[in-house]
Amino acid sequence: MTLANSNETLHRKREQSALSALNWVAVRPYMMIFPAIIVFTLFFLYPIGYMIYLSFHDWNFVSPDKDYVGFSNFTALLQDAKFQQVLRNTFMYSFATVSLTISISLLLALWLNKKGAMYGFVQGAIFSPHIISLVSISMLWMWIMDTDYGLLNWFLNLFGISNIPWLTDPKTSLLSLIIVAVWKGIGYYTLIFIAGLQSIPKDIYEAAALDDTSKVRTFFKLTLPMLSPTLFFLTIIGLIGSFQVFETISIMTKGGPINSTNTIVYYIYENGFRFFKIGYASTAGVILLLVVGVFTIIYFKLLSRKVHYQS
Amino acid sequence: MKRNPIWMVVNGIGLVLLICIFALPFVWMISTSFKTLGETMTFPPKWIPNQLLWENFSKAWNSGPFLKYLMNSTIVSVGILILQFATIIPAAYAFARYRFKGSNFFFGVTMITLMIPTQLIFLPVYLQMSSWGLLDTLWALILPFASSAFGIFLLRQSFKQVPEELLEAARLDQASEWKIIMKIMVPMAKPVLITFGMFSFIAHWNDYFWPLVMTTTDASRTLPLGITKLREVDGGVAWNILMAGNLILVIPILFIFFFAQRQIIRAFIYTGVK
Repeated sequence: MTLANSNETLHRKREQSALSALNWVAVRPYMMIFPAIIVFTLFFLYPIGYMIYLSFHDWNFVSPDKDYVGFSNFTALLQDAKFQQVLRNTFMYSFATVSLTISISLLLALWLNKKGAMYGFVQGAIFSPHIISLVSISMLWMWIMDTDYGLLNWFLNLFGISNIPWLTDPKTSLLSLIIVAVWKGIGYYTLIFIAGLQSIPKDIYEAAALDDTSKVRTFFKLTLPMLSPTLFFLTIIGLIGSFQVFETISIMTKGGPINSTNTIVYYIYENGFRFFKIGYASTAGVILLLVVGVFTIIYFKLLSRKVHYQS
Repeated sequence: MKRNPIWMVVNGIGLVLLICIFALPFVWMISTSFKTLGETMTFPPKWIPNQLLWENFSKAWNSGPFLKYLMNSTIVSVGILILQFATIIPAAYAFARYRFKGSNFFFGVTMITLMIPTQLIFLPVYLQMSSWGLLDTLWALILPFASSAFGIFLLRQSFKQVPEELLEAARLDQASEWKIIMKIMVPMAKPVLITFGMFSFIAHWNDYFWPLVMTTTDASRTLPLGITKLREVDGGVAWNILMAGNLILVIPILFIFFFAQRQIIRAFIYTGVK
């Protein structure tokens, strides 16, 4: 009797410990992802929701009340001539920066995709601006683009071009920011293109060489199609990144002169922190979120289709 | 390629020009930082200053609490890195190795986070930090980056490639999951961890936007913000002091780049291509 009893308790104990072990095994994955998920929820997902909520309200940051105003922030913003200019600037800046960077980098990649210490050094040199703080890049270029004492105008003088007020003339200010962005981005894009070129199987080229296909034809019929995933990746990543340009603007032009370089993120910053129009600023944020979201969805749609074709 | 001598000369000149476009601005930065204020305003510009004015650096350094900025920058970048490793390693392991209810949902949450740029949500995060009383503290600079969706994504890929037999063998030896992570997974994913670490450190060391938004006093400002304050010295822009200050920010990164160029380039290309 006692033996059976103790046997039973032993059995129950084992069962219990097995059960708690089972619980632990079931709970463990959640414990392991918990810290990360908490960070994402608090600092990414909840803020997105809060921003959307604020875009339907009128609030000046100080007053205790947030007045619900429906879509009026959206209609007011889209009719605002200043915001229209901000959108135009942002798109102009983004498309010019990305198309210039991509075409120049592609040419450089075709040229620099060679073995040898010299080419390695050049690749390193053109990449170096990518890891330098945008603060330093911006200040360095402000100095280089200085109207009276800047290096750029001195260089242009050598060719008989008179001083250009790069950053202080609304006609050239956006162009100046594009030049800086292209200069900073080229190295990174070039190296990604080179990585893409190196992943193209060599035997394809041998076949083309046997057929006596011309260099230009080989590029358009072979290299470019093989590079299209890289090209596509860089275009989307480049556009999404450029839509959010802020640092160079904040340091070099402050959105000026006369709003010629004011872009969305700087506009949100200005409205939120200088004019305390929180609802308005949030609405601009939601619009940027939509734009970025559309490009991200396009990217994944096309990506999955490509994977489909290959399988 | 044809071994035409004319072609080789043209190619060589092209390479030198290319290097000039990217190196001369930095040379110009260094040159300016040693000049007197008067020398910065000569036209045509002088490439080599008459004398090396080292005091520009001490002037820049002493124009604000730069030691404080440097410490803040270090605490923030290193703190973020430690927290990121502590949160992404277990999460990546769970996503790569366990099957559990809702894993797809939570991984989806991670991927959505990966798509959301921080420049986009600074305003609501600012308001949140403000209501928690964390504005103008280093916490506001560290906490939002305490984990990284990108890091989890990268690490999960490399954890998945570890052969299952290795884990089975370790489990037969009574190794705990913790031990498996630290003794098998982490060493095998070391290249990816180093890659991610460099990427993250450089990004946060250089960051200007987030500290600009979240801080209001020198107590929590970082180096890039401190450098921008140099512009306000002496009314007009003293380019020599400004460039000297920027050199303080740039030199450590260029120094690391010089010695670990291959690894850094690989880090950025890898993180870009994947």
